Amino acid sequence: MVPLSWYIILSAVVFSIGVIGFLTRRNLIMTFMSIELMLNSVNISFVAFSHYLQSMRGQIIVFFVIAVAAAETAIGLAIIIAYYKNNPTIKVDEINLLKG
Amino acid sequence: MLKYTLIPLLPFLSFLINILFGRNFIKDRAHWIAVPAVVGSFLLAVSAFLDVAGGRDINVNIYSWIVSGSFNVSVGFLIDRLSAIMLIVVTSISTLIFIYSIGYMHGDGGYYRFFAYLSLFVFSMLILVMANNFLLMYFGWEAVGLCSYFLIGYWFHKKSAADAGKKAFIVNRFGDFGFGLGVILIFLTFGSMDYMQVFGEAGGIAGQTINLLGYDVNLITLICLLLFCGAVGKSAQVPLHVWLPDAMEGPTPVSALIHAATMVTAGVFMVARCNPLFNLSEVAMNTVAIVGGVTAIFAATIALVQTDIKRVIAYSTVSQLGYMFLALGVGAYSAAIFHLYTHAYFKALLFLGSGSVIHALHDEQNMQKMGGLKKYMPVTYWVFILATLSITGIPFFSGFFSKDEILWRAYLAGDLGKFLWFLGTLAALLTAFYSWRLIYLTFHGKFRGTHEQEEHLHESPPVITVPLMLLAVGAVAAGWVGIPPIFAEHGDKIGEFLAPVLGYPEGEGTHAQEYFVMGASIFVAVAGWIIAYTMYLKKTELPQKLGAAFQPVYKLLFNKYYIDELYSKTIVQPTLKASDKIILGFDTYIIEGIVNGIPNLIGAFSRKLRKIQTGLLSDYGLIMAIGALSIIGVWIFLR
Repeated sequence: MVPLSWYIILSAVVFSIGVIGFLTRRNLIMTFMSIELMLNSVNISFVAFSHYLQSMRGQIIVFFVIAVAAAETAIGLAIIIAYYKNNPTIKVDEINLLKG
Repeated sequence: MLKYTLIPLLPFLSFLINILFGRNFIKDRAHWIAVPAVVGSFLLAVSAFLDVAGGRDINVNIYSWIVSGSFNVSVGFLIDRLSAIMLIVVTSISTLIFIYSIGYMHGDGGYYRFFAYLSLFVFSMLILVMANNFLLMYFGWEAVGLCSYFLIGYWFHKKSAADAGKKAFIVNRFGDFGFGLGVILIFLTFGSMDYMQVFGEAGGIAGQTINLLGYDVNLITLICLLLFCGAVGKSAQVPLHVWLPDAMEGPTPVSALIHAATMVTAGVFMVARCNPLFNLSEVAMNTVAIVGGVTAIFAATIALVQTDIKRVIAYSTVSQLGYMFLALGVGAYSAAIFHLYTHAYFKALLFLGSGSVIHALHDEQNMQKMGGLKKYMPVTYWVFILATLSITGIPFFSGFFSKDEILWRAYLAGDLGKFLWFLGTLAALLTAFYSWRLIYLTFHGKFRGTHEQEEHLHESPPVITVPLMLLAVGAVAAGWVGIPPIFAEHGDKIGEFLAPVLGYPEGEGTHAQEYFVMGASIFVAVAGWIIAYTMYLKKTELPQKLGAAFQPVYKLLFNKYYIDELYSKTIVQPTLKASDKIILGFDTYIIEGIVNGIPNLIGAFSRKLRKIQTGLLSDYGLIMAIGALSIIGVWIFLR
């Protein structure tokens, strides 16, 4: 039997990888994937707690998160393509339209 | 009630229509609205006069204007015998001058504007006259001042006209400040603004004093002197007379209507209206009389040497207003109103006649460049002669009766009265001289203008000459309602008519004395005429010689006693200098510091703050992460 803390540590590690990837990678696609990683790390802890507490609520929320992540991916990729058509770059440091 | 409300309302409607639709729709047809309105007003005024003469005074409140605790003011009208006469004077002269203006202002760019302001003026003047409380009168008082400002500066693109308008307004401010204080003091004393209540209770506070800067001052005297301040400004008495001659920059019909016949007499009307207050204060009465007497002679001396035709008549107006105040001061209120009424006709006639001359000469106002106009402008010449006979007090013309009444009442009023009578008679001599000088310089002798002007000389059209002729009838006959009792039993109809409001002046003299006073005024009138005749028609080199012989006196008079220069040095320049300092110090550093400082501060801060917005995704992510961590940290450790 794997104890709950292992799942939580795994989730924290995956989440941290996501955060660091998001902050450091310069490729827009990679940044995007880092966000997916963070979402999935949360899914891990939801499922782990669901099993530990013998409650289905966590698993239901996981389905919601997966659905939202799918929609987010679809829209996010569409935005990236639209942006690329106007400005032929996907380097994060060159995208600064909101600069004050 | 509607009938009486309509008297001021018709001109107001005319003002609204002309000012709103004049520029785009009415344009040169403005008189089709203004003239019927003022004629309507006149007819209603006549009807109101007949009601009052039938023994029915009208005192109605139309609606509550201000209600605040015990402070309660209505818009209401009081039409008694005094205001009925004023209504007739104001509306009849307005009617004639409106008609005259059709011809005089023809083709002017602001034709509709002219009639709009003129209508507004008539409205304000009627409110002033008809008001039944002090606050409404004050409203009318200020509104006529405003219209006067508009109309003096009517040709505002001309700097002198704009300046004259400002001057009139600012000089009047000095007087109106006192008037305003007087009205406030009346409210504080009586707890009411209503004439009837104030006059009814006036006797009860006679002798009361008020502590002012450590001195005990008689309350009634203080009120009267403050009110009189307003009259001094509005009616151009010494020392606030300086604005009236400058006001001649306005179009001539304005000079005739506002600055001769109606508005400037508002002060006289006001003092007469407040006679129950003034009667209680001998100090105030003597002040009024002395200011009037001094003004009468002072302005007359200036008029002797002026060369601008309108300015001569303007100083003559100031001088005649002085007569009216002299009469008020000796308690002869009805004589003052009588003179106001006759003066309105002959002075309006003089102004409109001079307007006709100026028109014919294409805006030439200098009498030195006129002369010999008699044969070109016979109608203008003859009405001018009639007006002059009237103002100089030649027997059986209207000015004779009213001026004689004033001098006679002054003569009866003790030692001060005798002195004022002497001043008045002397002023009458000067009046005769400068009036005939004006006639001889303008209409007799050879034409001294340019050849071009001479070719275009012509009599004015009927729209101008007909009002002149109608006014001439008034100038000759208006005085026949006030024939002294020694000529005809009950001849002094106007005095008896006004007696219920103004009282009948006391004092009885012998017939011999009355004939003496009358003889003296006839003598000076004829003497002035003969001197002018000699100097300006027979020995035309004499004025030059006299001017050279009495150089200092001539210069002093020609420069109007340097009063304008004195005010400029003592009041205007210091004020301007102080204002400059205030602008530099207070305005530039403090006001502008605050007004510009706040946006500058915010701008500088914002310029720093915007640096945070890098536009880089990873920076936002980092900030978000730090934010999330701090919230969690706070939640965990500080809970």
